Amino acid sequence: MAQLISYVENEDPRAPGILKALYGARKKPYRVGVTGPPGSGKSTLVDRFALLAREQGLKVGIVCVDPTSPFTGGAILGDRIRMSKAAADPHVFIRSMATRGSLGGIARTTEEVAEILEASGKDIVFIETVGVGQSELDIFDAVDTVVVVLVPESGAGVQAMKAGLMEIAHIFAVNKADRAGAGRVKQEIEDVLHLAPAQPWEIQVFLTQAFRGIGAPEVFARILDHRKFLEEQKRENTRVIRIQKKLKNLLLERFEKEVVKRPEIEAKLKELSNKIIEGNADPYSASEILFEETWKEKSKS
Amino acid sequence: MERKIKVLVAKIGLDGHDRGAKVVARALRDAGFEVIYTGIHQTPDMIVTAAIQEDVQAIGLSHLSGAHMTLFPKVLELLKAKGRGDILVIGGGIIPEPDKEKLYALGMAKIFGPGTLTQEIIDYLNSKFAEPKK
Repeated sequence: MAQLISYVENEDPRAPGILKALYGARKKPYRVGVTGPPGSGKSTLVDRFALLAREQGLKVGIVCVDPTSPFTGGAILGDRIRMSKAAADPHVFIRSMATRGSLGGIARTTEEVAEILEASGKDIVFIETVGVGQSELDIFDAVDTVVVVLVPESGAGVQAMKAGLMEIAHIFAVNKADRAGAGRVKQEIEDVLHLAPAQPWEIQVFLTQAFRGIGAPEVFARILDHRKFLEEQKRENTRVIRIQKKLKNLLLERFEKEVVKRPEIEAKLKELSNKIIEGNADPYSASEILFEETWKEKSKS
Repeated sequence: MERKIKVLVAKIGLDGHDRGAKVVARALRDAGFEVIYTGIHQTPDMIVTAAIQEDVQAIGLSHLSGAHMTLFPKVLELLKAKGRGDILVIGGGIIPEPDKEKLYALGMAKIFGPGTLTQEIIDYLNSKFAEPKK
């Protein structure tokens, strides 16, 4: 399995065949995303969740994403350090991924890797994002339940009213809650949540100390509640929307690979960029020309 | 399609001197490798499980406190037992010359001692995993 994942991650020519074969082999897969700022304790919490899931007899997959350097293309993948408890269990499979240029908090092939884990019989798959700021939200479309992890220093208040990260949570965990200000942050998030019109799913805020395991069982129970909620709600609707997005992305990727990256287009791109630098064109007209060219190339093929 | 070289860097056994391992991990990152860093106090079992799940091409073991003749062979043994004897194992730390020979005989690919330039390790790994030119 580890090698199948590598094919997918490296976009090997064998990958589409593997994914086609495995997609239908998944049985009631359930996916949980864990996101939040760097150092907020995502890995440690996931480690705890994995243990709790194991106690219930669930087989666990974990995909953890860390950033790729935009300068060298290298990466340090360090999430396993905090997952030593889960890592010792033979029914837990952990895979680290580098973002490889993707900017949405997960890698381009993270969902596909989760699919492979699901096809291998994992009942629940946790995806841990890179440490995020406010707008790396790809995780929302990749999972069923999103847990947003914050710390007392996150300074909720008006932050909680801002668009982005704070809107995608199904559950909040204020981690490192032994530090000063945790209760206040929890209160402030709750206050802001109360300003929104009532929703059928109640977003709750939990105080956790992942390192000591405090609060993690409550959050995990809430994750399972959300799973039940989605089942009762007939989540088909949200799933259809998610699959539509996925198909669109696959289409765009294909288009990029087979049309935009063709040598003729790359050459034109270079030529036009030079023109712009020399002051003989502007980016807006150039992009129109490029679009026409791309279109021509596409109809030819 | 891009193929990154993935390397697991691990501190094996009861040895907390992780400065060297971190320097190597960082240098490999800067050379474009994807480095899985698992921290200190790793058992051979943990290292082999991680290496297999992560499907790395190489493992770098760091050990400075004298138990390398027990721990390094254990890693090689477990990898073979699990059918991944193909994963390249290199090491670093305080390893006496006679021990190096024994470890090479058991299948360790290379041992880098104190004073090694990180560039030597990078060049070595690149030469091992260079993609055949199209």
